[in-house]
Amino acid sequence: MTSNWLFAGALVALMGATGLSQTGTLAPVAPRLLSQTGLYAGEGARVVDVRNRPFAPQYPLWSDGAGKTRWLQLPPGATIDVTNPDRWNFPVGTRFWKEFAFDGHKVETRFLWKVSERDWVFASYAWNDEQNDAVLVPEAGQSDVAEIVPGKRHSIPSVTECRSCHDSARTEILGFSALQLSDDRDPNALHAETLTPEMVTLRTLADERLISPKRVEFVSSPPRIEAATPVARAALGYLSTNCGSCHNRESSLASLGLLLKHSVADARSAGPSVDGAAECSPALATTINRKGHWLVPADPEQSRLINPGKPEMSSLIQRIRSRRPSSQMPPIGTVVQDRAAVDLLTEWVASNAGELKRCAGASAGALAGSH
Amino acid sequence: MKKTDLLITTILIAAAIILTSVLATATVGATGGATGAEQSPTPAGKAVARGKYLVDIMGCHDCHTPWKMGPKGPEMDMSRALTGHPEDLAMPPAPALPPGPWIGAVGATMTAWAGPWGVSYTMNLTPDKETGLGDWTLEQFVATMKTGRDRGKGRPLLPPMPYFNLGKLSDEDIASVFAYLQSLPPTRNRVPQPIDPPEGR
Repeated sequence: MTSNWLFAGALVALMGATGLSQTGTLAPVAPRLLSQTGLYAGEGARVVDVRNRPFAPQYPLWSDGAGKTRWLQLPPGATIDVTNPDRWNFPVGTRFWKEFAFDGHKVETRFLWKVSERDWVFASYAWNDEQNDAVLVPEAGQSDVAEIVPGKRHSIPSVTECRSCHDSARTEILGFSALQLSDDRDPNALHAETLTPEMVTLRTLADERLISPKRVEFVSSPPRIEAATPVARAALGYLSTNCGSCHNRESSLASLGLLLKHSVADARSAGPSVDGAAECSPALATTINRKGHWLVPADPEQSRLINPGKPEMSSLIQRIRSRRPSSQMPPIGTVVQDRAAVDLLTEWVASNAGELKRCAGASAGALAGSH
Repeated sequence: MKKTDLLITTILIAAAIILTSVLATATVGATGGATGAEQSPTPAGKAVARGKYLVDIMGCHDCHTPWKMGPKGPEMDMSRALTGHPEDLAMPPAPALPPGPWIGAVGATMTAWAGPWGVSYTMNLTPDKETGLGDWTLEQFVATMKTGRDRGKGRPLLPPMPYFNLGKLSDEDIASVFAYLQSLPPTRNRVPQPIDPPEGR
């Protein structure tokens, strides 16, 4: 009996960082406390380990006004494979954290940990009242953890919901990409956090040789969204982050033919403003004057995804405005309307009708190069 | 009858049964299962047959095939099988219910449902490209059943769609259902969008 109990004790200790996979092998699992994930140095969850590098995407995802802080940890000596500039491949062992706070009160921290070439661990941690650590949330998520505005509460998403955005063709870090880390930052990007000197950017990654192969163009001509006006640039950047994680050509929703994610590769193959081609990016070619499945109820005949000059007849804007379950977009992760986004998109569609109409009927495939 | 005669007779009868069975199978195979997909020996045919079986027993027709009044009472209008709420049937506003335990109302076609979730209309499940499942992928269909969200990522499915039951089917069975639905003749029928409940409900 003694030996059996010793074996069980050893197994329990091991299960602190591993669990039985479906194949019966031991696979890493998220630890119970955030302070055990490697984010912090020393005891508890107070001082962030200096090995973890902060970063801030230039086009952040709207999360009902939450203040967000993000960190990355790469394994020592490892590099990020950027062979495909739109789909970075992170080394095994990579960890990401994103902390959510409302009015300075930490609510949750999400944790992504690459544990094998194919697998990432997805986990969310709910902060305790003392704000000195956070506890692993069940896979089903946790509802109504904090009030955002009167009558609206923040919920921690389930792992399935996390994967619905992060698993397009393979797990993607939405806020850590060539466009998001570009040093040519959009001054009009909505809800962008201030870039501080310690934050990782494309230049940092290149200078510290944290990406391979070497891409001089990331520094010499950092990615940016070429657009007709500053408002259009900010609008397309907003759509790329808030809609493009699902509406892209590698997603399970690709058959909808709606391509809102900005592609660094597409931008380079299209070239800078050749006969207005840059203005007719896939995001415009697949939305301008095109009918979607959802039609503006007030006038279905006039409804278009983007109806140039008519934001009220643009279903894309009306769905971003909506927080009704049958029509809101994005469908998860938000319960409060992003008023600034609605205003930006309304201004863009209302005041750039001429420019937008030039893209009506354009072919996204032709403009997108060889994809 | 002697024991040996009985044995020989039994063997002859058994052989005849086996031969008949083999010939029947060969006939079905040679005609490519001309009597219907249920007898098709191909994997695709088997999936379609399995899908039809599942669709029939799981009650998909109950809501996705419009009902009509027949000589003996309400009956499914199989000429519109699985085409969802009829496009040409504009429903008036749902009746307001008095306070109490009654929770909803349903149209006579069984394709329009009203309740605290607003008004939902059952979907056209035929493979019409614009109005049905014609532009859906198998991955999207499986994800919809598993998550209860449109194409696995969109808006939540609305009552009375029992995705929480269907989502417990194996992926193979869901694929069979999809195969059967995709084998139906595409029927153009644009089902109305759901209507949200009034603000504050």
